[in-house]
Amino acid sequence: MSKTSSGTLYRGREGMWSWVGHRVTGVVIFFFLLVHVLDTSLVRVSPGAYDAVISTYQNPLMAVGELGLVAAILFHAFNGLRLILVDFWKQGPKYHRQLLWGVLAVWAVATIGFAIRHLSLALFPAGGH
Amino acid sequence: MTTTEFAAPRTGRIDAKYNRMPSKGGNFEMLAWLFMRISGVFLVVLIFGHLFTNLLVDEGVHGIDFGFVAGKWADPVWQFWDLAMLWLAMLHGTNGVRTIINDYADKDRTRFWLKLVLYFATIVIVVLGTLVIFTFDPCIPGSTLEVCK
Repeated sequence: MSKTSSGTLYRGREGMWSWVGHRVTGVVIFFFLLVHVLDTSLVRVSPGAYDAVISTYQNPLMAVGELGLVAAILFHAFNGLRLILVDFWKQGPKYHRQLLWGVLAVWAVATIGFAIRHLSLALFPAGGH
Repeated sequence: MTTTEFAAPRTGRIDAKYNRMPSKGGNFEMLAWLFMRISGVFLVVLIFGHLFTNLLVDEGVHGIDFGFVAGKWADPVWQFWDLAMLWLAMLHGTNGVRTIINDYADKDRTRFWLKLVLYFATIVIVVLGTLVIFTFDPCIPGSTLEVCK
């Protein structure tokens, strides 16, 4: 067994960890999507049923959960675009590491931006819900 | 400097005797791979737009209620937006989970049952979501929406 990670099937480093991150965030998003279609479907039951369930999305604890979900979506989105570059852009495979650091930088900026806007709206509602 | 050109082994058609499995599946896996990339690009636009209009403008998450949904789905553009997002996201997600099942479930029976549950859930959610978008009536008594007057 080699002491370095290269030479094994799972090579570690940026390539493997971005793959792990893509899988984990993908599964999380998929299960939320199933629930989200179900809760939205309540608009066909009655306005009251929809409003009651959607109001659970408006409590402070869920606001933090929404931030986690959106952070997962943003990573999956930006890393997915990186995957497309790695597959279709001639220089993609050569620069896949640099692309990942770029993805993480854009992800951090987008997530922080979203967090500031979403948490200020969700935790300090103008009308004082 | 002269170089001798060798044809790469994979450039031409591979002799049938080297195929381990008969190619009855066609190129489904290649199409699935391509679909993930094409749908992915569309989903980035659709979902970013969805998150922006629902969470980042006006009151954000506190602005979402029946009236908010009615206001959006009174507009065919948002109906189409959400329908496209539903179908693309569900197919993209289902194919992703299918890949994960293929990777981690070893036994044929386990794979069969996991995929059966997955496809069943996908069909239920896609049909339900599609029906909700198409049969939704934004007009409730007292509605001030333009389409309800």
